[in-house]
Amino acid sequence: MFFDTYKILRHQGKQFIPDITKAVLPTLFRGRPEISDEACSDGCSACADVCPTEAILLDPVRLDVGKCVFCKECVWACYKDKFSFTNDYKIATNVRERLIIAEGVIDPIKLDVLKVRKEIVKFFGRSLKLRQVSAGGDNSGEMELNACSNVNFDMGRWGIEWVASPRHSDGIVITGPITENMSEALQICYDAIPIPKIIILAGTDAISGGIFADSPAINRSFLDNHHVDLYVPGNPPHPLTFINGVLEMIRAKY
Amino acid sequence: MSFLAVNNNQTIHLKNIPILEYGEFISGIKELMANHNNHCASYFGFPEKNLTYQFIALIADDGEGDIKILSYILEDPANQQVESLTKEIPAFHIFEREIHENTGLGFINHPWLKPVRYAWNRTDKRKNLTNYPFYKLDGTESHEVGLGPIHAGVVEPGHFRFSCYGETVHHLEVHLGYQHRGVESLFLTKKSLLQRTILSESITGDTVVGHTIAFARNMELLYGIEENQKLALMRTIASELERIAAHVGNLSSVCQDIAYQLGSSVFGALRTSVINYFEWWCGNRFSKGLIRTGYNPYSFTTELREKLMKMLDDFELKYVEMSNAMFRLPSVQSRLEKTGTVTKEQAKIIGSVGLAAKITGIPRDIRNSHPYGYYKNVFYMPAIGKTGDAMAHTLVRDQEIKKSLRLIRYLVDDFEKHEKLDCDVRPDLKRKKMEPSTLSISLTEGWRGEICHVAVTNEEGELAAYKVKDPSIHNWFSLALALRGNEISDFPVCNKSYDLSYCGFDL
Ligand code: SF4
Ligand code: SF4
Repeated sequence: MFFDTYKILRHQGKQFIPDITKAVLPTLFRGRPEISDEACSDGCSACADVCPTEAILLDPVRLDVGKCVFCKECVWACYKDKFSFTNDYKIATNVRERLIIAEGVIDPIKLDVLKVRKEIVKFFGRSLKLRQVSAGGDNSGEMELNACSNVNFDMGRWGIEWVASPRHSDGIVITGPITENMSEALQICYDAIPIPKIIILAGTDAISGGIFADSPAINRSFLDNHHVDLYVPGNPPHPLTFINGVLEMIRAKY
Repeated sequence: MSFLAVNNNQTIHLKNIPILEYGEFISGIKELMANHNNHCASYFGFPEKNLTYQFIALIADDGEGDIKILSYILEDPANQQVESLTKEIPAFHIFEREIHENTGLGFINHPWLKPVRYAWNRTDKRKNLTNYPFYKLDGTESHEVGLGPIHAGVVEPGHFRFSCYGETVHHLEVHLGYQHRGVESLFLTKKSLLQRTILSESITGDTVVGHTIAFARNMELLYGIEENQKLALMRTIASELERIAAHVGNLSSVCQDIAYQLGSSVFGALRTSVINYFEWWCGNRFSKGLIRTGYNPYSFTTELREKLMKMLDDFELKYVEMSNAMFRLPSVQSRLEKTGTVTKEQAKIIGSVGLAAKITGIPRDIRNSHPYGYYKNVFYMPAIGKTGDAMAHTLVRDQEIKKSLRLIRYLVDDFEKHEKLDCDVRPDLKRKKMEPSTLSISLTEGWRGEICHVAVTNEEGELAAYKVKDPSIHNWFSLALALRGNEISDFPVCNKSYDLSYCGFDL
């Protein structure tokens, strides 16, 4: 029995990613998009027409990563090859507008450190306990958030952990477009968290509603009344996107 | 009575579906359901014209491999009452409840006519999440424990109510609806094929391949596009990979719940290797973007095939040694054996599908009974358990993983045969319309069990109804039965073993 266990451990080797900020994802991974500044064809709107979630704005062309479901169809639709998706997974930010990518912009998406609340760095810089609430999430986002604490990504090494009770947590991580049927439970859970507390929206559905944005079954009024501290785009958000975003936030230096 | 029988992945013109009187309909259903090979794959109503609704029941025959269609029409169902089937055939309880919630049709003598998911367009808005009619246990020592909607872990929401006497759970009531996003109505209001594809990928994000193949096949049937062998083969590989990832991920969670840390970590890491392979293939760990109507956007290159074989060799070695170690451990056996037992008889009565049926010894599996795509070229013998408990769940999962590994190897070997075929070009659907006034049926076997998508078009060739059925619709009741006679502390193990979908149920 002992020998079996030893063999398994040896075959497993080291599973964790040593430097979470430098991991490289496959080139096909769709992370931060770039739009070239080549002129559009006259009267063309092919990209905006094909986009399933109205994530593309025209004149000038912009792409809202908070609405995008990363289907890559705009890349294929544009005759001028203006769109591309890089494998840059660091696309979380605390300013919603920073998720709207303009033509010719190839800079990374970053947090605005000046807008990170002081108490976040002070209280949560070395220990952050989070309560996750799925409000219409399709379970892929929930599984990716779970993966953040598995042996590969292991965010526990920075003191970031999921907790069961909102009473023990420092904030809430929402997945899903926020269904009408979950809206009350979400509010109750948020109220139960001690102050100071943070709100993180994980995934396109949570940030904008995604494909469900105009569904009569959702109710996003919770977001009208509360300040969001971090937006983590993705369909679902990659664990590397989530962990790097949270780390940048709790370690923000002014 | 003779029934109209169709096959999986077949379309039928609406006017060819015989319309029965309701009396004929229920006697037809009773006649069919007397045969234990039959089960109800779907039963729903949709507005045909204004207030007139057509109701359609699909009875899948695991022996014959066909699907019998029975239908009736009612005017203004919200103001009508008909005799319920549930008392005689309990498996119909969920379908009748759903019809009642959506159309208002009353079912006389239905013993359990409770809300299903509180859909936004339900007929009776007075019913809401706060006044769900829970089953009550009476007695001086009896008590109730409520759990959820928000649970301890990072999981979807749902409410569970345990009715206990002392330490024993006598009944578990599963009360869902929190995840309702209006998926079925969005299928009709979202007009582009891409939007609808994204919707099917989001029905449950843990079964992207299973649900999206079901959707894509319906669209291919209605648009008249062929699914060639190469496309079918590549989809089948994807669906078996999804199954392996889900099962091994589940074993990891079960190990966590029984405090077996080694198994939890190793199975978790093994899952990572499979879903990371999807990321290499199509850029998404949950294979979102991979399954599209009529073509394959991410071609299955030689390099990818080699990478797959390498990944699987490594996976198999590590998986087999881990699962051997796990199943040999007495502490694992004693925690899982006789926990959450459901009998074969119970599973038959409530109409369990997929894993929930297989653990009791019922070999119900669409890959075997109603093969689709490349499964038509292979003979798939479902893995089954005997004991119907949490142990049977892990054993069946273990066997399915091993079967899928073998199947994928076989499929990759077969790839050369179809290499010359082309499935990488997107079909031009700009000027194409869907076949008008047609019903199309697409059944697939997701990792949880049978998925059924039914599309109905109107005279203009627009979608008039899109009915989605996740296996969880059948199987949540099996979890409720599993808890009877157990303790509340057994719930996490049982719930994880079943691992049913909340959003797939709530839609
Ligand atoms: S990749 Fe994003 S922006 Fe482009 S079409 Fe898809 S959803 Fe729209
Ligand atoms: S970005 Fe491309 S598809 Fe979009 S409007 Fe410009 S040219 Fe047309």
